[in-house]
Amino acid sequence: MTGTETYNYKVIRQFAIMTIVWGIVGMAVGVYIAAELVWPWLNFDIPYLTFSRLRPLHTNAVIFAFGGSALFATSYYVVQRTCHARLVSDKLAAFTFWGWQLVIVLAAITLPLGITTTKEYAELEWPIDILITVVWVAYAVVFFGTITKRRIPHIYVANWFYGAFIIAVAILHIFNSLAIPVSMWKSYSAYAGVQDAMVQWWYGHNAVGFFLTAGFLGMMYYFIPKQAQRPVYSYRLSIVHFWALIFTYIWAGPHHLHYTALPDWVQSLGMVMSLILLAPSWGGMINGMMTLSGAWEKLRSDPILRFLVVAVSFYGMSTFEGPMMAIKTVNALSHYTDWTIGHVHSGALGWVALISIGSLYYLIPRLFGRELYSTKLVEIHFWIAMIGIVLYITSMWVSGIMQGLMWRAVNPDGTLTYSFVESVQAMHPYYLIRWLGGVFFLLGMLVMAYNIFKTVNSSKTAKINDLIPAPVLAH
Amino acid sequence: MFEEGVFMSQFWDWFITISTVLGILACFALIILLNRGSAKPDGEVKTMGHVWDGTLEEYNNPLPKWWLNLFYITLVFSIVYLILYPGLGSFKGVLGWSEVAEYEAEMAAADKQYGPLFEKYKNQPIVVLAKDSAATQLGRSLYMTYCTTCHGSDARGIPGFPNLRDKDWLYGGSPEAIEMTISKGRGGMMPNAVANGLKTEADINSVTQYLLGLSGSQHDSAAAIEGEKHFKRICFVCHGMGGTGMQALGAPNLTDNIWLYGGSEAKIRETLTLGRKGKMPAHGEFLGEAKVHLLATYIYSLSLDN
Repeated sequence: MTGTETYNYKVIRQFAIMTIVWGIVGMAVGVYIAAELVWPWLNFDIPYLTFSRLRPLHTNAVIFAFGGSALFATSYYVVQRTCHARLVSDKLAAFTFWGWQLVIVLAAITLPLGITTTKEYAELEWPIDILITVVWVAYAVVFFGTITKRRIPHIYVANWFYGAFIIAVAILHIFNSLAIPVSMWKSYSAYAGVQDAMVQWWYGHNAVGFFLTAGFLGMMYYFIPKQAQRPVYSYRLSIVHFWALIFTYIWAGPHHLHYTALPDWVQSLGMVMSLILLAPSWGGMINGMMTLSGAWEKLRSDPILRFLVVAVSFYGMSTFEGPMMAIKTVNALSHYTDWTIGHVHSGALGWVALISIGSLYYLIPRLFGRELYSTKLVEIHFWIAMIGIVLYITSMWVSGIMQGLMWRAVNPDGTLTYSFVESVQAMHPYYLIRWLGGVFFLLGMLVMAYNIFKTVNSSKTAKINDLIPAPVLAH
Repeated sequence: MFEEGVFMSQFWDWFITISTVLGILACFALIILLNRGSAKPDGEVKTMGHVWDGTLEEYNNPLPKWWLNLFYITLVFSIVYLILYPGLGSFKGVLGWSEVAEYEAEMAAADKQYGPLFEKYKNQPIVVLAKDSAATQLGRSLYMTYCTTCHGSDARGIPGFPNLRDKDWLYGGSPEAIEMTISKGRGGMMPNAVANGLKTEADINSVTQYLLGLSGSQHDSAAAIEGEKHFKRICFVCHGMGGTGMQALGAPNLTDNIWLYGGSEAKIRETLTLGRKGKMPAHGEFLGEAKVHLLATYIYSLSLDN
């Protein structure tokens, strides 16, 4: 039995490669719409190319296609290797791969056609929502099924986070997507008015909290200790920050609706829970960072580890910024401005993308039994990505704060100093810088794609280590 | 089912209140419990003793002190905040703060501060004020704040939203008419083909050709003759026999080649087929008499320019 049984690497290889493909597609669409903001004629008056239709395509592609594929790939890898067990069903795992790819393709067709529920990050119409639900339930069965057949008594911390992510996303997706279909491609939300807005942002913020945070913390807890070859810093810290994080995140949504028709008390609760979230978030950052203690010098020579650790520092930075922006008085300035876009991208590029990229550089050579083609190119990718992120977030900070200040500036007679279009005009140079930042980040992805292509197609084969170890009887 | 202004029923109100308090207490309990026994004996650091995937292990370092303090501070802040401000369901908070009250207080303060600036012009006739640059400047500031979204910062409008500089007025360009338009709002209503009785494509086309001819554009004159019959049977009711419009209804003059919704053949056909609905919102209640008076002054002054 054990000793000859292997892990299922096939589905992980598929998801890992598609992570890079969808990353490039999603980021290219992002670069294109960033260019449209600088040169509006770029939509050529073609409805399918307008900002309004491509923007949800960008967000869906990077969050669910790129981020989602990265989560599927790494969670399947981690759950098998830390449970010493093969995935509970190869067929079901294959179904999650093809099902998820179908969801992505349907999104890429329907969104440019203007088919949308208009709910941010939940734009896909009801037939696709049902497909997502089916795929997600299959994912949960594969993941938790594998956990139940583990050959190690303790469940490794990375799996807590992957598990929480899978359960919470299922709940969020189902309840936010409840709708009454009126035709094949049109439905109306089951909720009305401000309650609809509240449900939407309960979902929307937890798309960040569970999809883009909890899942990627699972990644952090496996790949950082592995690459650094150091034990995790603190078991008790992981318990505290896990429970505090998943408890608090679910409340934070109302901070997207400050100073709106949402009742005062709901706004207050959203604000205080967002503030409490600071320490649990930083608990994760500390555990990731401090795992390196005693191995800091590795950062100098190992660009893969650098990707992973810099990702964690961006995680710390954006989870400090987030609670600050959730404070009502700060939010009064930052809300509806580019500051929010900058904040999201410091998390999306700095945390989500970097940790995924680092994990993939670790993962792909092992999955395909090859040596990584070039560490030098990983180094180059790192620096290009870094320039891209810095250009992106600094330009959006400056333009966002400027926007907020221009909107609230008043003349001595109490009228507004600037018309809206004047604030748009002032944004122009920053939009150019932001676009450049995006171009750099995308370039880095292309370098990665080349490196991975050469790696996978190399003739130098190494042994694929996919044998499940024999059970350890006593420890 | 719900009373007006009630977001949720009482059950959920209590449910949320209790779970908020319990949740915050649970956070306290979590860090206090897990911080116990964390004093680390000197000597070598041991892992927890579990190994996954060959090499994965865990230390059990104590919770960093500064981090713990940060956690406590945010928890204490939250409790204080929820005592002072609304948050725990129907409990209004010790300070009695509300978003609506804050808005009303700010608006009242602004009225007190800025109100007199506008009030002093209220009783002067617009024809006089239009030549007073201080008054038109104030009017312009108001215009830039409230009107540019539709009429543009240059007041030349965009399709569907009239140009305010061309001296062509849908509802009249006298100071009184302008003031009325701003204060009470206007609603334009061009019926669609079903309602206006142009039954066939040919009917619509013939009227289109007639209107093109009326405003001096290239047209099919044979069709236009047919179109004129329809016009004088249907359209004249609002636009007049000569097509010069009627300001009392806001029916545009169709002879001057100024078009609210576009004067191309395709656009005219679209207007005849689908109808149009223009909407100028009422600003009187929102801005008050004095500001409307100055806005009207500014708009009127534009028509004095060459």
